[in-house]
Amino acid sequence: MSSLLPQLTAKDFASDQEVRWCPRCGDYSILAQMKKVLPELGIPREKFCFVSGIGCSSRFPYYMNTYGFHGIHGRAPAVATGLKLANPDMQVWVITGDGDALSIGGNHLMHAIRRNIDLNIVLFNNQIYGLTKGQYSPTSPRGSRTKSTPYGSVDNPLCPLSVAIGCEATFVARSVDVDIRHLAGVLTQAAHHKGTSFVEVYQDCNVFNSGAFRYASKKGEKEDHVVYLEDGKPLIFGKNRDKGVRLNAYGRPEVVELSSGISEDDLLFHDSKAEDPSLAFLLARMRYPDFPEPLGVLRNVERPVYDESVRQQVQEATERLGEGDLDALFNSGDTWIVE
Amino acid sequence: MSAVDTPSPPAGRHHETLDTVVVRFAGDSGDGMQLAGTQFTNVSAAFGNDVSTLPDFPAEIRAPAGTIAGVSGFQICFSSHDIYTPGDEVDTLVAMNPAALKSNLQDLKRGGTLIVNEDAFEKSNLQKAGYDSNPLEDGEALAGYRVHRVPMTRLTRDSVEGLGLSQREADRCKNFFALGLVYWLYDRDPKPTEEWVKAKFASKPVIAEANLRALKGGSNYGFSTESFTVHYEVPPARLAPGKYRKITGNEALAMGMATAAKVSGLNLVFSGYPITPASDVLHELSRLKNFGVTTFQAEDEIAAMSATVGAAFGGALAVTASSGPGICLKGEAMGLGMITELPMVIIDVQRGGPSTGLPTKTEQSDLLLVMFGRNGESPLPVLAAATPGDCFWTMQEALRIAVEFMTPVVLLSDGYIANGAEPWRVPKVDDLQPIRVEHPVEPNTEDGFRPYLRDERLVRPWAVPGTPGLEHRVGGLEKADITGDVEYSPENHQHMSDVRRRKVEGIARFIPEQEVDGPESGDLLVVSWGGTFGAVRTAVRKCQEAGLSVAHAHVRYLNPFPANLETVLSRYRHVLIPELNLGQLSFIIRSRYLTDVISLNKIQGKPFKVGEVASKIKEILSN
Repeated sequence: MSSLLPQLTAKDFASDQEVRWCPRCGDYSILAQMKKVLPELGIPREKFCFVSGIGCSSRFPYYMNTYGFHGIHGRAPAVATGLKLANPDMQVWVITGDGDALSIGGNHLMHAIRRNIDLNIVLFNNQIYGLTKGQYSPTSPRGSRTKSTPYGSVDNPLCPLSVAIGCEATFVARSVDVDIRHLAGVLTQAAHHKGTSFVEVYQDCNVFNSGAFRYASKKGEKEDHVVYLEDGKPLIFGKNRDKGVRLNAYGRPEVVELSSGISEDDLLFHDSKAEDPSLAFLLARMRYPDFPEPLGVLRNVERPVYDESVRQQVQEATERLGEGDLDALFNSGDTWIVE
Repeated sequence: MSAVDTPSPPAGRHHETLDTVVVRFAGDSGDGMQLAGTQFTNVSAAFGNDVSTLPDFPAEIRAPAGTIAGVSGFQICFSSHDIYTPGDEVDTLVAMNPAALKSNLQDLKRGGTLIVNEDAFEKSNLQKAGYDSNPLEDGEALAGYRVHRVPMTRLTRDSVEGLGLSQREADRCKNFFALGLVYWLYDRDPKPTEEWVKAKFASKPVIAEANLRALKGGSNYGFSTESFTVHYEVPPARLAPGKYRKITGNEALAMGMATAAKVSGLNLVFSGYPITPASDVLHELSRLKNFGVTTFQAEDEIAAMSATVGAAFGGALAVTASSGPGICLKGEAMGLGMITELPMVIIDVQRGGPSTGLPTKTEQSDLLLVMFGRNGESPLPVLAAATPGDCFWTMQEALRIAVEFMTPVVLLSDGYIANGAEPWRVPKVDDLQPIRVEHPVEPNTEDGFRPYLRDERLVRPWAVPGTPGLEHRVGGLEKADITGDVEYSPENHQHMSDVRRRKVEGIARFIPEQEVDGPESGDLLVVSWGGTFGAVRTAVRKCQEAGLSVAHAHVRYLNPFPANLETVLSRYRHVLIPELNLGQLSFIIRSRYLTDVISLNKIQGKPFKVGEVASKIKEILSN
């Protein structure tokens, strides 16, 4: 019935709260794209809810004029799961960060994804703890010098996309905060996907980790470092679109020059609908500087949706057993009369 | 057994009528003792006795066979009058092996009946139980008991002969042999058990037949053996008229939730994570989906609590259940539920702590945890159920308070009432209290919706996501009153902390006053809470009958306390608080009312015996 809805605009989704991120924080751009995308979905404003954990990104719900729940550190997917089970008509977005989702909240992220509950999870990855003022995070590269690692971190980072695919995610995508058209496109596709959508956004923390994603965001530089995924199209990148990715004889990806007798047909073609997650995982493992990093939708497949299955069980039980009858419940089992 | 086809018993046999009997079945955890106990309870309840049970099983599913650690027991008290406890001392002990004898004999009363499976008293079992010699052969060890050595293993095998069972399958029927023998001893009608066996093993008719034969074999053995010279009868109890069924505390909680969903008209979302002794709540409830119930087995305790907060925000009746270790993990999200002022119930089926503690044993040691175990000033209402059946009513009351006052509520149960069973008078649907829920559909001010605009009871509105025009944000950061905007100012934090406390304290005006069983003033008031109700009530009544000036106040509302509690306490010269902990309610009462409380503390993983409480009462009043 979207034709009967008043036409909403980005303004309708702005709350009356002053936005308090640091000037030039990448979060502003993501907020702006979200406000642009939601009116296009044809869903009334009251049917949206934003749920978050703790961290800079998690202030997001306060800035959206929708229903919102600012939870506790790492638990947003669990809070959102309860909300979705109680109120399945809501479109629920989970806004989280690299520390919130992958460190303290790793367990909840993993289980939300493997259940395939209908949530849209957007992970703002800035490779740093910003709100607590600059400790390294589970996505910081090994050797990161931060307040808590003055001699460099000695643990290995997680790749959010690999984690999601490992959890059997049905929708996995990546975009960049300042790549606004691309980001809007990815968010739109995430919103339309039934089941858990997982979107990683490279987000610049210009105070504590400035330029961490310069290679993937700066015009004139990024073209050689990222590859935009399009279904049915070969993986071509480079300022002059003269480089591509193909699989070698061992099934491993390699970067090739298109001029050297290699044609587009020799390249890897993208298929986000592939049932098998191997291609998506292979893409997720392409990392700067050895490979161009994939942007766009790595995986987009259909699987049973948890909240729908839960509801279906309730419906089936009600059809089979009838509406619950308290008298019958109380009197179930052996009863006896005392005169 | 009908009177018509029963032949006369051997000469010299006599019949005794008793009013209360305690039977305990004890054996290896693989011996089916819980099943035997449950069946005995069912037939006794169906006969019309009042019953009270105490299952006692090891934390390990199968500890090494024959060892003390692997002993599983089930105690049933059945009576011709009202009873409140499973009994202090055992009248008849069935011991299926030496380890069961060794670990249970101390509870058998002097002169009590001891039935042992003598076939199990062989060398390796005796060694595993730590016996140097066979206590059945040793004249001293069992002197003073009426000992019946029954070759149960052999007789069970004989009973099922010809059915083509393996020896192992045959031996698994021994619990039915023992059950049949005790049925005969206490004149129980085996029919409900026979029906149960037929239904349970409908697809395995040979096994059904074997168990029925073993049951009959045990009964015939009792009837025809000279050694059982007395045959007992416990007439039906004079319970209040009505229809009854047997219920455990965990069943009652699940039923209470389904009932609350129906009477409130809301869906109920239950989120839980498996933990002893609370898991049965999830099991029971997951079968009641047609009552508007959704169950969610979360990935951990934190997720179960967080999902409960999310479900409450989403507009459902939201409940989670756990035990002590899980409640520790839930603390942070309970605080979130508190500051967002959303309605939900957190059930804590307490067990022995600290840490993993004694998973299958009972204790009351989480009171201070649920009262104070969160960061910041975070008061929550706390209620405790007194008996298995009372879990049903306390569940209703906890959900009613939660939605009427927009607050998480803690419901305390414990392992004893969770697994214990009692007859429960089936309620009439028309007698149930309504749970009134109002979800606003319009903004509450001309300037729009204000999520923290409170009513005269300081309660904020419960606006459900999806309602047009009421879009709002809540969360764990301190809120400005009325608007709900994030607000850190010193005055606001003081104000909000005060308001949240006053709201919870104000609930005292809407709950029943504290009642007292016994004289309204006098020498001693015994104050109890939770699952110790039965033992304390029985002890106080006994002392009253003996002419002592003592009364009993059982406190269901632990936060806030009933408004008159302080006055009640002041009417007695002494106040005694028996608790299965090291003095937690005593601590609160002392600090709240400066009452000079005498504590009686027991922390052994077991409920109070009536005698323990009664002798403390006598000791205080003799000084």
